[in-house]
Amino acid sequence: MSITTLSPSETQSQGRGDGRWSERQLVAIGLVALAVALALARPLLPEWTIVRVEEGLYAYADWLDAVFNFVRDDLGLIHLTRAIAGGLEYLLDATANLLYGKKRWPHLGPIPWTALAAAAGVIGYYLGGWRLATIGAGTFVWAALIGQWSIAMQTMSVIAVAAPTAFVMGLVLGIFAWKSRPFEAVLKPVLAILQTLPFFTYLLPAVIFFKVGPTAGAVATIVYALPPMILMTTLGLRKVPPEAVEAGKMSGCTRWQMLRHVYIPSARTEILVGVNQVFMLCLAMVVLTAFIGMPGLGGKLLAMMNSFKLGRSFEIGVTIVLFAVMLDRLSKAWVVKQPEHFERGTPWWQRHAYSLATFGGFAIFVLIAFLVRDLPNVPVKAVGDPEAEGSFFGYVGGVLDEVGRKQSLTQGKGIDKAIKGFLGIDSVQAVTEWLRWFLNVWILIPFRNALLWLPVPTVILAIGALGYLVGGARSALIGAGFFAFIASTGWWDRAIITLYTVISAVILATLTGLPLAIWASRSEKWANRILLFCDTAQTFPSFIYLIPAIMLFGVNDVAVVFSILIFTLVPLTRYTIEGLRSVPVELTEAADMAGATRRQKLWHVQLPLALPTMAVGFNQAIMFAFFMVIIAAFIGTQDLGQELQRTLAGTDLGKNFVLGMCVALMALVFDHIIMRWSTDRRKALGVD
Amino acid sequence: MTNSIKKLAIGAAVAALMAPNAMAADSSDPIVIPIHNWSSQIVMSHAVGQIFESMGNNVEFVTTDSQAVYESVRLGDVTLELEVWEGAFGASFRAALEKGGLHDAGDHDAVTREDWWYPMWTKDACPGLPSWEALNECADLFKTAETGDKGRYLDGPVDWLKHGKERVEALGMNFTVINAGSAAALWAEIGAAEADKRPVVVFNWTPNFAEAVWPGEFVEFPEWVEGCDKDPSVGPNPDALFDCGNPAKGYLKKAAWDGMVGKWPHAYEVLTKISFTNAQIAEMAKLVDVDELEPEEAAEVWLENNEDVWKSWVN
Repeated sequence: MSITTLSPSETQSQGRGDGRWSERQLVAIGLVALAVALALARPLLPEWTIVRVEEGLYAYADWLDAVFNFVRDDLGLIHLTRAIAGGLEYLLDATANLLYGKKRWPHLGPIPWTALAAAAGVIGYYLGGWRLATIGAGTFVWAALIGQWSIAMQTMSVIAVAAPTAFVMGLVLGIFAWKSRPFEAVLKPVLAILQTLPFFTYLLPAVIFFKVGPTAGAVATIVYALPPMILMTTLGLRKVPPEAVEAGKMSGCTRWQMLRHVYIPSARTEILVGVNQVFMLCLAMVVLTAFIGMPGLGGKLLAMMNSFKLGRSFEIGVTIVLFAVMLDRLSKAWVVKQPEHFERGTPWWQRHAYSLATFGGFAIFVLIAFLVRDLPNVPVKAVGDPEAEGSFFGYVGGVLDEVGRKQSLTQGKGIDKAIKGFLGIDSVQAVTEWLRWFLNVWILIPFRNALLWLPVPTVILAIGALGYLVGGARSALIGAGFFAFIASTGWWDRAIITLYTVISAVILATLTGLPLAIWASRSEKWANRILLFCDTAQTFPSFIYLIPAIMLFGVNDVAVVFSILIFTLVPLTRYTIEGLRSVPVELTEAADMAGATRRQKLWHVQLPLALPTMAVGFNQAIMFAFFMVIIAAFIGTQDLGQELQRTLAGTDLGKNFVLGMCVALMALVFDHIIMRWSTDRRKALGVD
Repeated sequence: MTNSIKKLAIGAAVAALMAPNAMAADSSDPIVIPIHNWSSQIVMSHAVGQIFESMGNNVEFVTTDSQAVYESVRLGDVTLELEVWEGAFGASFRAALEKGGLHDAGDHDAVTREDWWYPMWTKDACPGLPSWEALNECADLFKTAETGDKGRYLDGPVDWLKHGKERVEALGMNFTVINAGSAAALWAEIGAAEADKRPVVVFNWTPNFAEAVWPGEFVEFPEWVEGCDKDPSVGPNPDALFDCGNPAKGYLKKAAWDGMVGKWPHAYEVLTKISFTNAQIAEMAKLVDVDELEPEEAAEVWLENNEDVWKSWVN
């Protein structure tokens, strides 16, 4: 490809075709004109297009409730789910006993934290040398010493059940989808909806069909983590090279042997990427299940936030990030690590050296913990205090079995002070006050009122026009149809407020994130730093951003938009950096040789080529924003998220589901349009 | 381990006291006690749990939503509820009561109050407080960028149904009502105002940890009269509902699953006798929120310091 195809006149003419409007553009313009005409004719329009019917055109919620009730009670699904819940509860109790000593079968736990840290260290070393060994062991050491061991283990006890279950179910469903096209055709749209449904919609059915507490939490977590596992399994199996299949057939494999020894090993990489996703989503969800009363890190975080302990909340956030980083890095290292093969006749202890080391380290620390269990617990404060006679070794001996409250190294109060001190700085206050005034009075409130003022058909037509422009009639129908459905539910006002918040946050994120990313991509060092920062910001439990947002801006839309903005900045920045980095060196060099200035190079070479990748980031930013806007109900909003949060306290399954669908459909429309654009653009540019 | 010795001692004391009692023994199934997301309730639940354990019962704690819990109590998934607030959970409690399956297990001595509230520094700027008329005259102090000329009052989440807007209209106040999304949002607002002692008026309640962190007072509205929420003619404004303050002495109840009496008769009898005062509840909350103890430890400490209080219930 030559640079000339990327000159600005060319890129524009691709859409226009010899300077004339393409058919698509004409139709889109026609639709927009109609939309504008409708908006102008607003005073003449019938009332229902402006005053939104509170009840909705159809009582979807009631229908759904009837269906749910029928399925649950008349078809007896509740007995099945309660039976499953029983089995699940048994497993959860077992892991709970091992990890934090809940008084259930097998009555062995709790395992001392040192033993788990040692085992994680050896596994980390096996997978990725000393770096991963430090991450593995360090995470457990941090959790214990900061005084969060038992809550961290409550969370891990659920993940220990949910992640393997999601893995097995995902693998099996993925295999079915790969074997049977019709099944895949049914599964695909279901998965698309599952991936965009707000998490509040996962929670309520889990509570109703499964028992309150860890069981419901585990179920919601499994369902949430399933889709990528299924998709990655199918993808991997499809990519198995025909030679491998031939070889398997020639060796006379049965169908089961083919699957077990040919297909699955060949698809190993994709399947393990799925496993990585399962871990990440499990950890994200398990924190959010605090909203349905799941104990653990999320529950403690919520309780800490409700009693205004910012420092402790922050520390819990760090623990969650560390666990996420550990699971992520270890599972990624596992993807890369190829299975080892030993020569025939290698003694078994050599073949299993790492398993033995893991077990050995584990056993040694269990023994040590047993031996030190009667040592006095030396409080942290006593260490180095001559009067209290606490020595460092005394402290270490005391914590090797269990870290008591007085022994934890938490700095909660110190962080509290630091945060309050920061907020007390006059210049900080002046800036936030001004932002609050400026954004609220001049941008957000007028924008919201304008969107709410628009007649319903105008919005639907505008979305249809956008769809037509990008993807033709099908996309237009999807966009307009989904929005028409939302209008018919009677939740239009709230949906529009949700949309307004999402759009505002994404625009502000684009305005701040793009310049940042473009600047960072100029230097490898800064690009890496910003990417690391993005990774960390993304793994922080989403609702930890809410409190700083309120403290900076107070309870209003600015705080809501700000908390979403932090979260949406991440994918935008990351994909822009990645996109700019992946521009082929030959092209930038050619631009340099042609004497392009840095600015010209950026505008005419780098950005156009990076745009499809950036669009993916933009799309993710919107998906994240739709996710976060629901959580922002915690600050105080009048959107779908607030209604959803209200349903959690009751048994309104139908309403909960309708609201969830409204969010999912809006997200799907944007997802469809942007991804369609990105794919077409890639094809046009000849990348990929 | 002082804890186990203490438990033994309690156990012995309880056994001695129980001996002449001819009631059937309590079931060995665990008594399930719900835990919510505010400190005093968590500590109280653990304290009561430890009392039950000292009597030889099995106890288990589950974290649940504070509104949905009544449905769980009704079905027996959860055995009891120790803090039924009149203002906050009265409606959910009554709804479950009508469906059947749970019942009222008596009141605590503590009274609850929920209303407009301000931290003490607000009074420096508006000395006429706590009267609501004085507050209304100071409305200017509370205005913000988005409320324009009107003062800003931060109410509880919409689903708490506190009728802030209705009251502002009924009393003709110069205030705009903004709804927070959660309790945490209320605290963040007060915490942010604390830095430069900015006057704020927010929704708050007692007993609550916030009293220990930020001393403050409730705004005194026209006194609550029965029917103020149903009959417009009641209260100062003859044409409007919600023209008085909330009841200054709301109840704090315990609720029990109907099956509890038969299954754990001894524990049930203790439950009906349990009664905490405002001071005791505040003390429990303080152990966690100010002294930073874990709830279990806080419960232990409280039981140790207040043996005379709870021993009489077990007796």
